[in-house]
Amino acid sequence: MSERPGFGMRQNGSPAAAPTPPPAAGEPFTPGAEPLPPGAEPLPPGARVDLARERADSQVDGVLDALDRELVGLAPVKTRIREIAALLLVDRVRARFGIDSGRPNLHMCFTGGPGTGKTSVALRLAELLHRLGYVRRGHLVSVTRDDLVGQYVGHTAPKTKEVLKRAMGGVLFIDEAYYLYRAENERDYGQEAIEILLQVMENQRDDLVVVLAGYKDRMDSFFASNPGMSSRIAHHIDFPDYEPDELEAIGHLMMDREGYGLAPETEPVFRDYLSRRRAQPRFANARSVRNAIERARLRHANRLLARGGDVGREDLTTLHPEDFLASRVFG
Amino acid sequence: MRITQGTFSYLPDLTDEEITAQAGYALGQGWPCSVEFTDDPHPRNSYWEMWGLPMFDLTDPAGVLYEINECRKAYPGHYIRLNAYDASYGRQTTALQFIVQRPAEEPGFRLDREETSDRRVRYTLHPYALDRPEGDRYGAGR
Repeated sequence: MSERPGFGMRQNGSPAAAPTPPPAAGEPFTPGAEPLPPGAEPLPPGARVDLARERADSQVDGVLDALDRELVGLAPVKTRIREIAALLLVDRVRARFGIDSGRPNLHMCFTGGPGTGKTSVALRLAELLHRLGYVRRGHLVSVTRDDLVGQYVGHTAPKTKEVLKRAMGGVLFIDEAYYLYRAENERDYGQEAIEILLQVMENQRDDLVVVLAGYKDRMDSFFASNPGMSSRIAHHIDFPDYEPDELEAIGHLMMDREGYGLAPETEPVFRDYLSRRRAQPRFANARSVRNAIERARLRHANRLLARGGDVGREDLTTLHPEDFLASRVFG
Repeated sequence: MRITQGTFSYLPDLTDEEITAQAGYALGQGWPCSVEFTDDPHPRNSYWEMWGLPMFDLTDPAGVLYEINECRKAYPGHYIRLNAYDASYGRQTTALQFIVQRPAEEPGFRLDREETSDRRVRYTLHPYALDRPEGDRYGAGR
């Protein structure tokens, strides 16, 4: 027989037909996410469990600390995420005593202005739920209307189901979810996608967590026209707009990450820039800060080249006031 | 007669947990899974009907089991099997394939003899199920 792998008939005992493949390398696969292995005895009623130890074992603090450290502000969001983490942790301990509390409903809705960190929080949430054993994989599948809704009759259902299957074991993040429902067109296929979504959210709660995201007012009208959706979502979390000092902290975080810094005389200019930009229309919070820094980087690079001569580390990493002052915000 | 084919042909039928575990293994190897069904049990019938397209980009076997269950609902009396393709060879390569559903009653095969020229005899396998029209072969199931 030829040595081509994977083709032709195999004799018994040939390596390509290993009868029971071992679990994949890396992450061991566990069907279901029960913390209590089948066959394990529940703890006796008088037993004591060290919660702090349990908490350390789940490594949930790493994610929560990263959440605190890398995301500025967002106090109500962080509180809610901490509450969810606490609930799941306590549920795990309850399960060890054999108390069945049912699986909590964790479908969520994130509302808030543009650039308030909805996607970033969703990403961390997926990681958190994975560490707590609520979802099996902890990946985030981020989709919009285009990925769910088809273009002709019969196209929507397979498309939506495919996305749902991809998200199983993780978190499905539907950005600008209100576009799914178009009130002006009753034959719009979005309705079909919503129905499938509702069905899976209800029946396969073990398999995925759905997070809807969008602007507050439009999400509210979306829920008003889809009451079934609203009632299946347990957590409605509102992301507040950032305060000026929070924006400044965000800016510093971003610059740190990209290896830039502000010269001391640039600090007030940056602050002034942010307060002016904030008052302008179409201000997108952290996203606008990112864009401002991107543009400052362009001007910084251009300034260095125009000046010529040799540069040091200091020159390459420091943003000067003129990098921001050239913006049309100051015009 | 119990029809056997594929990777675990010599084992009893896998439970849903075992199917999930095998699908999880396949996905961990980077093999996309697909579901196929047929009501023609002949061993040389390698072209089963596809239940949807192969499922690419899955990370969790729950989606695979979901499609298997959808297919079971639509064809309760058919054979259904799960394929896992290993695309790394650049051609269609089935790395794992096993039956996940079979009809309640499998009537089996008979051996037909055909007299041909010069007193030669040719043999052929005839599945009893094929006596009935397609879609009507295993009782209540479509």
